[in-house]
Amino acid sequence: MKIVLIMQKLIMTMLGVAFIGVSLLASVGQASAQPEWMPNPPKAIGGQCDLDPKEMRVKHMTLLDHKRDQTMHDGIRTKKYSLKNCIACHAVKDESNKYVTVKDERHFCRSCHDYAAVRIDCFDCHASRPQDTMNKAAKAAGNPHAKSAGISAIGKPGDRTVATLRKFIAGEVK
Amino acid sequence: MAETYRQLREYNNSFNILLVLHVVMIAVGLGAAFYMEHNGHVVTGMNNQIVWGLPHVFAIFLIVSASGALNLASASSVFSKLAYKRFARLSAILAIALLIGGLVVLLLDLGRPDRLIVAMTYYNFKSIFAWNIILYTGFITIVGIYLWTMMDKTVARFNKAAGWGAFIWRIILTTGTGSIFGFLVAREAYDAAIMAPLFISSSFVYGMAFTVWVLITMCQATGHRLITKEVSQKLRELFIIFIAAMLYFTAVHHLTNLYAAEHIGVERYILWSGSVFTYLFWGGHVFIGSILPMLILMKSDLGSSRVGLTSASILMLLGGMAHIYVIVIGGQSYPLSLFPGMEVTSTFQDGVFGNYMPTLPELLLGLAGVSMAMFIVGFALKILPFLPSPVAEDQ
Amino acid sequence: MISLKQDQTKVKETKVTSGDEAGRREFLKGSAAALALAPGMTLFAYGEALAKPADQAVSTKSRWGLLIDAAKFSDEDVDACVKACQDENGWSDTGKPLTDPQWIRRVNLKNKKTEEQFSLPMMCQHCAEPPCVDVCPTGASFKRKDGIVLVDKHICIGCRYCMMACPYKARSFVHEHIEDQKEHAPRGIGTVESCTMCVHLVDEGKEPACVKAAPAGAMVFGDLNDKTSKLAQLIKSVATQQVRADLNLDPGVRYRNI
Repeated sequence: MKIVLIMQKLIMTMLGVAFIGVSLLASVGQASAQPEWMPNPPKAIGGQCDLDPKEMRVKHMTLLDHKRDQTMHDGIRTKKYSLKNCIACHAVKDESNKYVTVKDERHFCRSCHDYAAVRIDCFDCHASRPQDTMNKAAKAAGNPHAKSAGISAIGKPGDRTVATLRKFIAGEVK
Repeated sequence: MAETYRQLREYNNSFNILLVLHVVMIAVGLGAAFYMEHNGHVVTGMNNQIVWGLPHVFAIFLIVSASGALNLASASSVFSKLAYKRFARLSAILAIALLIGGLVVLLLDLGRPDRLIVAMTYYNFKSIFAWNIILYTGFITIVGIYLWTMMDKTVARFNKAAGWGAFIWRIILTTGTGSIFGFLVAREAYDAAIMAPLFISSSFVYGMAFTVWVLITMCQATGHRLITKEVSQKLRELFIIFIAAMLYFTAVHHLTNLYAAEHIGVERYILWSGSVFTYLFWGGHVFIGSILPMLILMKSDLGSSRVGLTSASILMLLGGMAHIYVIVIGGQSYPLSLFPGMEVTSTFQDGVFGNYMPTLPELLLGLAGVSMAMFIVGFALKILPFLPSPVAEDQ
Repeated sequence: MISLKQDQTKVKETKVTSGDEAGRREFLKGSAAALALAPGMTLFAYGEALAKPADQAVSTKSRWGLLIDAAKFSDEDVDACVKACQDENGWSDTGKPLTDPQWIRRVNLKNKKTEEQFSLPMMCQHCAEPPCVDVCPTGASFKRKDGIVLVDKHICIGCRYCMMACPYKARSFVHEHIEDQKEHAPRGIGTVESCTMCVHLVDEGKEPACVKAAPAGAMVFGDLNDKTSKLAQLIKSVATQQVRADLNLDPGVRYRNI
């Protein structure tokens, strides 16, 4: 019985040491490399969205959901809150000048969802990049933000706090 | 009588081994389900023609059995057959366990099992399937309350009411399960109101076979006699009546179908064509599942012996699987008749018999459902007094 | 891009009140009548002009339907329709006939008595009383007010009961992961799908892809409720058939010369 207890303690201690070690290593790594941990959603092709970014950050899922039911069941196909339209405007291009799919971590939705660790269900079914009609519109406008997308980070290293994230969501940090 | 019920305390190693095997089986089955979900149903034998496969056979078999497992409890509470009172608790917990086992299989085979919450929050009340979700959860609740009235003296006065409630609910439940098929106007093998009574009579057979099998397993595990000779005789007689009823409804189902010209094709396919379903129907359902156990049970000595009851129960369960397989898979395999009087072909298996070859993951998932049910029962026996206390050798 | 932005600002997300809706109906009626009166357009009173405004909900005023004339189809013609559907909606043959989706298919028929052979396109029949909608436990399978039967894949749990219930074998289950779906035709693993009557085109006032690809006059698309439509007039004047009429499901897709 005693041996079991000792073993238990030993294992717990080892686990604890390992945990602290990993955390230390992680923080060192963070400090030395350029961090990319803050969500940095790429700018939309069509410029600033006329929807309020603050509201969209907080409520986009509900708004899209509501619109989804209207479109699906009532055939209401206005552009506001239409996923297809959001995707068209928030498309990101890769090095070969093609729109990235949600498989690419530079994808607009992933830039935040990866950070928040929230799984997106939309793209099991929906196209995650623009096609046909929207392609033309996007082509005409070009995509000036593709290069910077997902690469530069906002915030200083080390301030990975809930407060910063809140500020970001509230629109105080752009 | 000092105590009627007992918590499982002393038992031999076979019980532990069984529990471990069930846990392993559950783990393997969950792995199989994950594999199926990760890759999509393309890794199963199911396809656009045979949309429900082996997992559904297991699930429906377990759900049908769940209702029948309540037989002994109903007999004691509703029909005041006090000889069965000792088995009422086991019978009720087994009913709950079998239902959970079946539901787990059904759920894990969904295209989107991650949307369980959708299934519970969006209801289309015209769908018998939606009603079944309510019937299943209701069954677990009502039988749970029924068990409580059996085990807690302070609420014992509600026992009769709870027993009646559970009895009525289980009949509705199996009617609902049978109606899943009965309401399918499109498929010639189904679309008959008799599916409901057929399922109810089948549930009596399979559910009680499960009960007896578990009881005898526990006799082995504890090394005690749990069933008196008198009850053995009664079980034997009940089985014969239930099998006869099931065969009767099966016969009526097929004979009425044979009378209608539009259904002759599917009946010939199932009963006569030499397809796998012909063998499963005659060899599995009729011979192994009904005639053979009947023959064993007809002989008074053999039929009421431990060997006789065990082998008859196992045969009935095997035959039951074949029975449900023929209904579920056979019914889908027969092509839909869109253009009567025409020979039909297409790239979508129109006009041909659907091919279905179950794959290993499906089998493992199905077996995991059975193991889930058995593990729940085994675990319950260990923590609460569900088992009847032993009887003397000469009783 | 600028035009897109303008569109966004232009569209007001106001809820259409019942009064508004009635007004619109009146307006639509007027335009339909005008179309009917215009020479040369009398029978085909359907086109861009009748597209409903994007912010207006569909109503029971219309019921979209098809009339398919089997006599006007060769095997190749049917295949062209299938191909058009694949191109429009982004499903394809991946060499796995048992599990591949099939929104529309060529059914080859041979009369057992006369040995006469022909083929026709078969797809969701968009029933007025759809069994798939009745059996769906979550309500994912639904009929739009204008008669188009759809699967709301957002709440489809993939139980496949609708596939068991459909007398036309019109539905397929998505058996594997798919990528690069068309943006107007979302489809994904673990859910059931079928012909949508190209609802995204219909809402824009266009015809379904298969109708466009079919030989002239072989497939007529239109509003069954609009007595002036070519479809309604044809159904009134020529002998048409419903597949499995015995089930009394009142399909929106009708056939001729089966």
